[in-house]
Order: sequence, then structure tokens, then C-alpha cells
Amino acid sequence: MQWIYLIPALPFLGALLLVLASRRIGKKGVALIGCGSVGLAALVTIIAGLQFMQQGSPAFVQHLWDWVSIGTFRIGIDLRFDALSLVFTFVITFVGFLIHVYSTGYMADDPDFARFFACMNLFVGAMLMLVLADNLLLLYFGWEGVGLCSYLLIGFWYKDPANGAAARKAFIVTRVGDTAMAIALFLLVQHTGSLQLSTVLARAQELWSAGDPTVVLIAFLLLGGAVGKSAQLPLQTWLPDAMAGPTPVSALIHAATMVTAGVYLIARTNVLFTLSPSAQAAVAIVGAVTLLLAGCSAFVQTDIKRVLAYSTISQIGYMFLALGVGAWSAAIFHFMTHAFFKALLFLGAGAVIVALHHEQDMFRMGGLRRSLPGVFLVFLVGSASLAALPFVTSGFYSKDQIVWLAGASANGSAFYSLAAILGAFITAAYTARMIFLVFFGKEKTHVHHHPGPVMMAPLYILAVLSTLAGFIELPHTLGHVTLLSDFLSPVLPAVVTDHGGLALEWGMQGLTVALCALAIWLAWRLLAAPFPSGLKQFLKNGWGFDDAYQVLFVQPFVQLARLNRKDIVDKVYTGLAAVTRGFHRIMSATQSGILRWYVMGIVMGAVIILSVIIWREYAV
Amino acid sequence: MNTTMEGLVLAGILFTLGLISMLIRRNIIFMLVSVEIMLNAAGLAFIVAAARWGQPEGQVMFMFILAMAAAEVSVGLALILQIYHQLKTLDSDEASKMRG
Repeated sequence: MQWIYLIPALPFLGALLLVLASRRIGKKGVALIGCGSVGLAALVTIIAGLQFMQQGSPAFVQHLWDWVSIGTFRIGIDLRFDALSLVFTFVITFVGFLIHVYSTGYMADDPDFARFFACMNLFVGAMLMLVLADNLLLLYFGWEGVGLCSYLLIGFWYKDPANGAAARKAFIVTRVGDTAMAIALFLLVQHTGSLQLSTVLARAQELWSAGDPTVVLIAFLLLGGAVGKSAQLPLQTWLPDAMAGPTPVSALIHAATMVTAGVYLIARTNVLFTLSPSAQAAVAIVGAVTLLLAGCSAFVQTDIKRVLAYSTISQIGYMFLALGVGAWSAAIFHFMTHAFFKALLFLGAGAVIVALHHEQDMFRMGGLRRSLPGVFLVFLVGSASLAALPFVTSGFYSKDQIVWLAGASANGSAFYSLAAILGAFITAAYTARMIFLVFFGKEKTHVHHHPGPVMMAPLYILAVLSTLAGFIELPHTLGHVTLLSDFLSPVLPAVVTDHGGLALEWGMQGLTVALCALAIWLAWRLLAAPFPSGLKQFLKNGWGFDDAYQVLFVQPFVQLARLNRKDIVDKVYTGLAAVTRGFHRIMSATQSGILRWYVMGIVMGAVIILSVIIWREYAV
Repeated sequence: MNTTMEGLVLAGILFTLGLISMLIRRNIIFMLVSVEIMLNAAGLAFIVAAARWGQPEGQVMFMFILAMAAAEVSVGLALILQIYHQLKTLDSDEASKMRG
């Protein structure tokens, strides 16, 4: 347990080494350091996790050194190791390691191989700081760190201006949320006098009763931060464009880890959200609406990565819905299974894209199940999980829990249930459409490159994980296993259920499964069916959010910038300079070099002074 | 009492004469002489005032002025020589290189 500091330190060290020595160590060395640092971090995580489970204490805090110390206000570089951060750390290091290994194959021909791995390692380090931080300032540090790495990696192929624009968009849109979160932290310092997690949460319970305006405001601001980072309504527009980055980046940052930071933040500060019912209801509503909107958009995309991007937004919507109804551990469960199967899907999509020489349009794929059988197999496993095919996939168990608790928990309602079930239907539909388009039908593009073992091995491991990970938590109706929620119970309160029985739960599961089957059948039948093109375009563009923001925010800002191009604000200062220069011109004209003029000046001065003195003496 | 007033008037007249000749002359040597006249006018005023109050300080001040005038003349003449070497003239208006 004493060396948990190694978990974030190793990737940081790896990034530093790669930045400093990439020229000397060659591609093999870069791959070794890049994967090795994350792999070692994963190893340390597993060892520390086993020790942690044996010890049975709810949390282990490691104080490294003081960062800020002003009077009684202290911020330390402290790492907190508890059940919640362990789950996140495990997913980040383990999935991160697999994606790193995969990247050595995927990026093998890239000239900026070392830069890629340096950024990836930096990302993993920052993400680990985020989830291991014991205080909110350190968490914020990691939060901004992952934002930076996301920017660097989306714009990795910076020679295409579109990629740079996508990177800037991601950075700026998430910055909106980050600002809200920073304000929330300021408010927390002002009211609780601390940023340390345990202190803040304990003080919050003493200070505020449920529904107090201050805590509601703080919870809403935190939600703002989470919404920005996790690409939820109304700040979801950056994630589809973020697919401009290399596919392993999309898998690691924009599916498995960074975008779920919002889920982590809300789960971490669950006390604040429990204290403010309206903010918690807002979390659920944001999640429910997002999962439906993004699901519909995913259904009409043509780019395989954009399907997966919208799917990610939609699945995080599920997690938000779970958080909003108080099913904290269900959200974390879905985070974990989602990390496995979505990373698998992205990496599988990457294998397809490379095999077809960087073709991303699904309508130019097809029939790949014969030419890429291995990829087809793992992609099918991942898709089954995403579509929540019953009984054998992890996605079924995690999503089923959310669907059930959306209605059955104390905060649940029929609307949430309906959204969750409808979302499951849409998810199955777009997943099936993707599979049918890519792997079935006529072969439209010839496969010219088969992914090697370095790329296939992580896919197989992830496929196994996305199947097995579901069995650590089974519903009442199917064995009732609660390993994960028991494990998380010291950190996250258990969900309160108030209505519904076993029969209803069976009914819900039956309905979801039936809808899922219907969706797959419909997707098969409607694959070639005409779709109203206006509606299709509208959905494809993500419900017109981009256009609306363009008109509402971007254009006015650009206009303002154009107006201000002549530096209107600077006029005060340039004016001051002009006046000074004018005086200078007048004064320098008096320095004529004619001695007698100087004498005259002295005489006139003396006369004036004398006159003033005499006038003051005698006139008054 | 009257002598005091007359003395001061004489000093004023001397000073004004020096000032006017300072202003209208262009020859630097004459300007230096005008400065000497004004210095002596100031010295005279000191002497007259000292005599009025029966105190020695005025005369002491005149000693200082004499010493200073001597030093000033020596420095001034040296400068004038330099100007003459450089410009081949003693016209002060010609020595206006430091015009702003």
C-alpha cells in the first residue's frame, strides 16, 4: 500500500522519458517505455488492490507532500485509495495498458510515434491523479491535465486544419464546464474552508439541510463541470468531432476513461447531490434526455467512429441517469462494463479502418465477416454487450440494473423508466445497423492489410472482459450477486428502492429483451429503407446543436472580435501616449539652443514669481 | 536710512543694466562681463544691507561672491576659448547645437 504513489508516477515518468529521450531509443524503446509504464502501473494497482481488499479498511490516504499551506488552509498532494478510486484506477491502467499495446501496432507507421506515446502516458498519469486525488484541487489538476491531453491527441495529426479545429472545439467546450466546476470549488472553500474530500463532505452534512440554496448551487455547478467533461446535454457537441484523433485515443480518452470523469465526480461528491434533490433530479433528466438524443443521432451516422461517439454519449447518459436516481454503484458498474466493451468496439473499429486503408464510411464497408473473421468475432461480442443481449453479455447486466432502478428507486419515475427502455431499444437498433452494414452484405472495399497479433491480442482480452465483467453483479431475478455494490458500499450509499417487486422486475427485463430483439429485426429490415432525408440530416448533425451554438455564441463572438480588431479598449492607453507625445513636442521646441532665449526664460520666470509674491503680499 | 534706499536702487539699476546687456549682446565675452556686473550688483546689495543692520555677514557673503566670480570667470573663459576653437566665432547664437 505504501507504493500507490507509483500508480500515477510511473506513467508521468514514462511521458517524461519519452519527451526527453525519444530520439535516442528508437521505436522499440518508445513502445517499451510507453506500454511498460502503464503496464507496471496496472500491476501495482492489482497488487495494491489485493492488499486493500485484505485489509478491509474503507480508505487509505497517502500524504506525499504539502502543495498549498496558508494558515489553516492546507492542500496536500494526497492520494486516496478506496473502493471507488480502485475501480477507476483498475479500469484506467488495465484498459489503458491494452490500448497502449494495441497502439504499438496501430500507430506503427506514424512518424510521430514517440509524441503519441508521450501524450498517452501523460494522459494516463493525469487521469490517475484525477481519480486518486484526496482533495478537489488535486482532482481539478488531473481534470485539466486530461483535458490538455485530450486536446493534444485529438489534434495529433495537426497538419489537417480540421483536426486542429476539432481539438480546439473539444478544449473550449469542456472549458465552459470546467469554469463552472472551478466556481463550485471556490464556493466549497468559502463555506467549508477546505477542499479535502472527507472534510468537505462531512462539513456539508453539518452545514446544510436538504435543499439549502447554497448546496444546490454548488451541486449544479459541479454538474456543469461533469456535463462538459462527459459530453452530456447541452455540452455534448465536442465529442463527435473529437473522433478526428487516432482511434486508440478515441478508445482510451473518448470512450473508456476521460469522458467518464464526470460520472466519477458526481459519484465522489454524492453527499452534495443527495443534499440537493433538484440538482440530482437535473442529473437524471440530463442523462435521460442525452441518452435518447444521442441514440437517435447514432442511428443515422455513416462514419463508424461517429456512431460509436454518439453511442458513448448515450451510454454516459445512462450513467448520469443512474447517478440521478441515486443508484450510485449501478452507474459505476455501467462505467466499468462500458469501458471494456466500448474500448473493444473502438479498437475493433480501428482494426477495420486500418484494414480498409483508413476508410471510415460504413456504406463503403460490408461483407467483412469473411475477410476479417477475428475482428468480426470480437466486434460482435462488443456489440452484443452494447446492445445488451441477454444473459451472456456484461452490458445486459449493467444496463438492466439501470433500467430497473430508473423506475424502482426512491428517486425514480415512470419517465426515467420509459427513457431507459426506449434508449435500450435505440441502442440495439443502431448497434445492429452498424454490424449489418460493416460485416454483412456485399464486400465493397477490399481488405489490404490484416491486423497483426499485437492488435488482436488486446481485442481478445477485452472481449473476454466485456463478457465476464457482468457477472460480478447480477439482478434479483438472476441469482442476485452484489459483489461490486458491496465492495463500493463504504464509499457510495446503497440505492433506496421503494416500489416494484420481483414480478415487475421480470416484466421489465422481458420488455427490454423483447424490444432489443425487435430493434435488431427492424434494423435488419430497414437497412435499405428510405429515411426522410430532412429528418436524417437533422439527426445526423446531432439535433442542430452545432448550428444553434454557431449562431448563438460563435458568430456574435467573432463579430465582437472583428469589432475589437482595432483595439478599442487600448484607445485609452494609446490616447494617453499621444497626449504625452504632444506635450513633448511643445517642450522640446523651447530648447532652441539660443542662449539668450534661455536667459529670457529665467528672467520671465523670476518676474512672474516675484509678481505673484508681491501680489499676495500687498493685494490681499 | 536714505543711504540704504539709494544703495539698493543703485544695486537694482546695476543688475538691470547687466541683465539687459546680457539679453541684447551676442558676443559671449560681453555676456560673461554682464554676468559679472549682475554679480557685483548682488554684492552691493549685500554690503548695503549689512551696513543697514550693522552686521558683518553681508561682507562675508561678498567675499564668497568674489571668490565664486573668480572661479566662474576662469571656467567661463576656458569654455569660451573652446567655443572659439570649435566654431571660429564668439556669437552665442551660433553655439546652438543642442537645439531640441
